[in-house]
Amino acid sequence: MNLFAIIGEALRALRQNRLRSGLTMLGMIIGVAAVVLMLSIGQGARTKINETIAAMGSNLFIVVPGATSSGGFSFGSGSVRTLTINDAYAIAELSSISATAPITSGTVQLNYAAKNWSTIITGTTPNYFAVGNWKIESGTVFTESDLRSAARLAVLGSVTAKNLFGDEDPVGKTIRITNRPFMVAGVLMAKGQSLTGRDQDDAVFIPITTSERQITGNQFPGSIRYMLVQGKSADDMDIAEIEITQLLRQRHRIAKGKENDFTVRNLTAIADVATDAAKIMSIVLGAIASVSLLVGGIGIMNIMLVSVTERTREIGIRMAIGANQRAILTQFLLEAMMICIMGGLIGLLLGIGGAWLVSQFADMLIVITLGMIGLAFLFSSAVGIFFGFYPAKKAASLKPVDALRYE
Amino acid sequence: MSSIQATHSADPLIHIENLCKSYGLQDADGKTITTQVLFDINLTINRGEFVAIMGHSGSGKSTLMNILGCLDTPTSGSYWLSGRNVAALSSNELAHVRNQNIGFVFQGFNLLKRMTALDNVATPLLYAGVNRANSRKQALEFLRRTGLENFAMHQPNQLSGGQQQRVAISRALINHPQLILADEPTGNLDTQTSSEIMLLFEQLNRDQGITIVLVTHEDDIAAHAKRLIRLKDGHIIVDKNNTVATTLHEVT
Ligand SMILES: Nc1ncnc2c1ncn2[C@@H]1O[C@H](COP(=O)(O)OP(=O)(O)OP(=O)(O)O)[C@@H](O)[C@H]1O
Ligand SMILES: [Mg+2]
Repeated sequence: MNLFAIIGEALRALRQNRLRSGLTMLGMIIGVAAVVLMLSIGQGARTKINETIAAMGSNLFIVVPGATSSGGFSFGSGSVRTLTINDAYAIAELSSISATAPITSGTVQLNYAAKNWSTIITGTTPNYFAVGNWKIESGTVFTESDLRSAARLAVLGSVTAKNLFGDEDPVGKTIRITNRPFMVAGVLMAKGQSLTGRDQDDAVFIPITTSERQITGNQFPGSIRYMLVQGKSADDMDIAEIEITQLLRQRHRIAKGKENDFTVRNLTAIADVATDAAKIMSIVLGAIASVSLLVGGIGIMNIMLVSVTERTREIGIRMAIGANQRAILTQFLLEAMMICIMGGLIGLLLGIGGAWLVSQFADMLIVITLGMIGLAFLFSSAVGIFFGFYPAKKAASLKPVDALRYE
Repeated sequence: MSSIQATHSADPLIHIENLCKSYGLQDADGKTITTQVLFDINLTINRGEFVAIMGHSGSGKSTLMNILGCLDTPTSGSYWLSGRNVAALSSNELAHVRNQNIGFVFQGFNLLKRMTALDNVATPLLYAGVNRANSRKQALEFLRRTGLENFAMHQPNQLSGGQQQRVAISRALINHPQLILADEPTGNLDTQTSSEIMLLFEQLNRDQGITIVLVTHEDDIAAHAKRLIRLKDGHIIVDKNNTVATTLHEVT
């Protein structure tokens, strides 16, 4: 019997029992849809994190005041003021370091015309934009001489610019920051969320000197909130970390055996952890979804077993008129596979549709790759073969006389 | 009772020697009880014969037919079909033999449900590797010969018993078998339809030389055959040429 004829027979059998075929297929549909949806969500999360990390800048350390044990990893552990601008400049001189950017920050009110917008202000040095991998949308950023003269220049994040200016070009315009006039020097390109989920584009940047003297004020002159440190090479990050630590201990006169009053964190290492977490998340999501696929597969096996029992007489008749074991096996296996493949295709479409809905309503990045589609297809055929084989084998190995006599 | 061994010479279609069949059944305590159904059957059927097998219910007629049809295997003894030792055939070869050399007609018709008469008749051709279009064309021709071309697209449950049996006979004939095995083919039919079916068998036997082995309980059905075999408790007790006169007055 040629394959086309067997496919025809299998299709006929499926059509004869539409409702049952449909319900069995539902198991596959849900399973494959879940797998596709979960994989695309997982892939989306990974893509997003990778984008964030790429935008973050490479070979970065973040140095925050306070000991590791007391402060943990926190930007806001405010009361400790042990890091200074001069610490940052000194670290920049180290052989393993290419640049540093000291940062002070606070929340301020911005005004332009009738609009006002509350946002985070960052006082920093011009290095910051290079170290943090920022790109300029329009205008320029402030310079070293602006830093020295404590110029009233502001660089806007894209969200802040949008909220204050709408479609107007902000460059050259004067805004007020806590009621002091600043000229907008430039606008940065959007970067999206940080690893901690903060919108990095809702921000305004001014020279750290200006900030210290005129905006945030400072009970401890020269102290900073934290600093970004960029290592020269990815291979020497360990050495760089040791050098930073030694230098700061020396500058802060910390006696041997005493705890650091600062914490150096390798951001790349944190990013790696985040990447790994995202990877694990997609694997877990995929695994959970695979369980539903497994359940669907077991459903198919169940129904095929029932079907084989129910159609024992049919099998006997087919054997009597010349069907060999392979023809019977192929027919039942194909029935199971067709349920799976059809269910898989419908599930794939549903999964893609679901992913699209999620991306629309949950504001999540969803990534669907061709590999995923192939995987879903492969998986559903494999489930069909795996769970269809036993019932088909059972049908094929019936003795003709027993099958014919079956009531 | 004619000598069975005597017919050994003329290239027999069916030749059976010392064939026994027993079934093992589990009793209530889980012990296996063996019941023997066929005892030392020796039988030769030549090409072109028309044989009726009779006997009481439970005498082993269907069991014998199933073995003849390669649907079942004997417990001991040997069976040659067209000179081939059936015991030596693989399951694939047996399927091929059933497909090509044997046509089955059953009491309960055994058509495939929810499948048109045409497709029922065509199915053995599909298993023989003929494509669907060709097999349907041939099937229609066979339905026409049995006068059923107008019912080609009917499903079994839309046909009368006689029509269903004629579809089954068309199906049995489609691969031009040498042997037709009919186990009580008229058991579910009225007298009128039964004799129509029997005339069809007679015609196939006479005109095409197809060997027919038929099981029946009815003397007037058996009367159509040229040879009569009677089974009793798994033994052949009568094997003789059949004439209307003797058949009707045979007493067991
Ligand atoms: N699969 C089986 N397992 C156990 N015993 C069986 C099996 N098939 C048949 N038998 C037994 O074999 C004996 C012969 O059965 P068979 O069907 O050959 O009788 P028969 O002559 O065709 O009867 P009938 O005229 O009623 O059709 C019976 O006693 C039956 O119980
Ligand atoms: Mg019987």
